[in-house]
Amino acid sequence: MRCRECGTEYELQATHVCEMCFGPLDVVYDQAALKKVVSRDRIEAGPKSMWRYRDLLPIEDSVPVVTLGEGMTPLVKADRLGAELGLRNLYLKNDSMNPTNSFKDRVVSVAISWARAHGFETIACASTGNLANAVAAYAVRAGLECFVFIPDDLEAGKVASISVFDPNVVAVRGNYDEVNRLCSQLVESTPWAFCNINIRPFYAEGSKTLTFETAEQLGWKLPDEIIIPIGSGCQFVRHRQAARELVEYGLVREDRVPRFTGAQALGCAPVYNAFQSETPERVLPVKPDTIARSIAIGNPSDGMYVNRIALETGGVVEAVSEEEIVDGIRLLARTEGIFTETAGGVTIGVLAKLARAGRWNGDEVVVAYVTGHGLKTADVLATANGHSRRVEIEPTLKSFREKVNI
Amino acid sequence: MAQFRIPGPLRRLSDGQTTVDVEAGDLATAIDALDARYPGFKDRLLDEKGELRQFVNVYLNDEDVRLGAGLGAKVQAKDEISIVPAVAGGR
Repeated sequence: MRCRECGTEYELQATHVCEMCFGPLDVVYDQAALKKVVSRDRIEAGPKSMWRYRDLLPIEDSVPVVTLGEGMTPLVKADRLGAELGLRNLYLKNDSMNPTNSFKDRVVSVAISWARAHGFETIACASTGNLANAVAAYAVRAGLECFVFIPDDLEAGKVASISVFDPNVVAVRGNYDEVNRLCSQLVESTPWAFCNINIRPFYAEGSKTLTFETAEQLGWKLPDEIIIPIGSGCQFVRHRQAARELVEYGLVREDRVPRFTGAQALGCAPVYNAFQSETPERVLPVKPDTIARSIAIGNPSDGMYVNRIALETGGVVEAVSEEEIVDGIRLLARTEGIFTETAGGVTIGVLAKLARAGRWNGDEVVVAYVTGHGLKTADVLATANGHSRRVEIEPTLKSFREKVNI
Repeated sequence: MAQFRIPGPLRRLSDGQTTVDVEAGDLATAIDALDARYPGFKDRLLDEKGELRQFVNVYLNDEDVRLGAGLGAKVQAKDEISIVPAVAGGR
């Protein structure tokens, strides 16, 4: 592993910060050796899951993986949504089709596989729901003890889909940032593998498979631009790395990476705020207040890198209002038959906002990452403006003919 | 006396101590006092402009000082100052 800031190198271990400068640690690979091994044929002959990219993940060949069949989610061409937004080559990577209905299954599958192989008996995480859901399910799959730490006011739907796996749930009276800080302190006094803390370098690597698959499903091509929701910014950073690896190993023909564009909710927009400021790499924390709970991180660890990558690749970071989030959920459902959670509403809201502002001429290949399922946050639709095409009738033909105009 | 809580990666600087007591009026002077007792802390916590480093979170009695007065935050006796590496998180 190598520190992203000062370059100090470490043996592979359950640690996530550089002792020298506190910078984040990234897993590094033997690129020369990989270059000889990795090929499109080898990947295509692999399993129909994200583990077809195992050569590019930090899990040795001898280690049994903990899997529920995550990854290889549909990449759908979105012609109806594209027509509304003036985009002729719009695609959606529907990661709500993962085993626990969010992108998190990718990172957790890698993290738990590594942790179990390295002797950890208990898996833990700080979470706003999706991560805890994945950790609880994969802990069962792995046969490990599980502790999940969540804010005590989490949505009922998320609590149910975590609790069914019977983990130890610690409901913390505080917001996600407070839960996260508590876990950052706990990590030193427990022998547990916290997926998003001490084994974060391995966890983060799982994100790359989303971009690997997107390129493969586009016929081994990189898109022109990718829209990604920003919570901590962790996955955003790994997606650029994934694109670089695709280029490095000759899996795609392009010699440049896509533009990377980030999406935040205005109710929790520390990265967007910094992007708009004179000092985009100085991300100041905020107190989150948004329905997009799964990305409501007020103190995003990778925020500065998000802005650096957006600027380097020609992307932007944009943010949308609460109303635009719900509009985004409805727009996606109405045009493409995909029901996404609030974080997906943020992504689609930003996509729509940028398209309507004339960001694209219409021929670019644009991919939006839809990272979680709508049933996780269905309550926001019940409280938002009702469904105008609903009628209530008596169970008679007469009543139907009176009320329904066909 | 206020008390610093030292995270694992920095305990080499504090001879393995998990807590260090200091006398100070605000966070900046508390860090000075910590550095006077265990040299090297200031360099790890502050950047060349004298501001908190990007990857360092400091909590004064569980409140993120960046959300308040920053290095100017008033420190009183029995306050707890926690240093926590920033890299964590992800929903």
